[in-house]
Amino acid sequence: MEVMLSIIICFMIIAAIVAIHARDLLSAIIAQGFVGYGLVICFLILKAPDLAIVQIVVETITLIIMVAVVLDSSRLELNVSFDRRKGGTTAVTFIFIIVLLVYFNRAISGLSKFGEHTLRMSEAYVTDAASQTGSLNLVTGILWDFRGYDTLGEATVLFTAAIGVLTILRLTGKK
Amino acid sequence: MTLFILCFLLFLVGIHGVLTRRNLIKVVISLTVMEFSIFLMLALIGYISGAEAPILGSEMVSGAPVVDPLPQAMVLTAIVIALATNAMLLTIAIRLYKKYGTFDIRRINELKG
Repeated sequence: MEVMLSIIICFMIIAAIVAIHARDLLSAIIAQGFVGYGLVICFLILKAPDLAIVQIVVETITLIIMVAVVLDSSRLELNVSFDRRKGGTTAVTFIFIIVLLVYFNRAISGLSKFGEHTLRMSEAYVTDAASQTGSLNLVTGILWDFRGYDTLGEATVLFTAAIGVLTILRLTGKK
Repeated sequence: MTLFILCFLLFLVGIHGVLTRRNLIKVVISLTVMEFSIFLMLALIGYISGAEAPILGSEMVSGAPVVDPLPQAMVLTAIVIALATNAMLLTIAIRLYKKYGTFDIRRINELKG
């Protein structure tokens, strides 16, 4: 169980590194798709079928949009060898990683170990969802009933993004 | 514990890409990898070993507990919002390409007008 998950996450890390260092943008996008579909398998192993369904749809749409963008422009990765600020960027990256490590250490000490999570807040959801919302799927019950305003906000964000995409694509820029 | 650390490594790969790449598409890909690592982290936190998926029915018969449905609901919202932001980012990237003829953020910085 843990071993299987670890192997899949290791593959995802390798695919992410390949995606970042690929010379061709199309192969970078395919490698990113590997990360996304690996995440789907992780969700299935972690007993989250709803997440797996949504992730597979979203990943496919993202891949299609990215391939469309890349085929409409250039596929070549830039020449990064002549970067003047390369030393500065590496230093900033190292500082970021060290700061994040410190915070990760702090956060991880407050968590319970993997697989030993105890229900605190969602105890009420688990016991009452079926009788109060009539939904046997607890995730759907939470999303559409207990936290309906959250879903409304999500729909607003989606709508705004769609409007934004249409507006940006229609604009005629200053020449 | 190893799983949390691996998840954090995935996040670090993403942040390395965001900070060091000079290609807009690569930056978007790295941001997506960071998002994926955070979704995975939340799903890992909500997992209970030996539990069933949060769909009532057969579990009531077997008596096994269900995994925490609350992180899953939150991650579901986050995945959809990530799709929206990704589409927006890619649209801006393609507009910049149409205007400047390159995805290189250094050259986009230099070109004015």
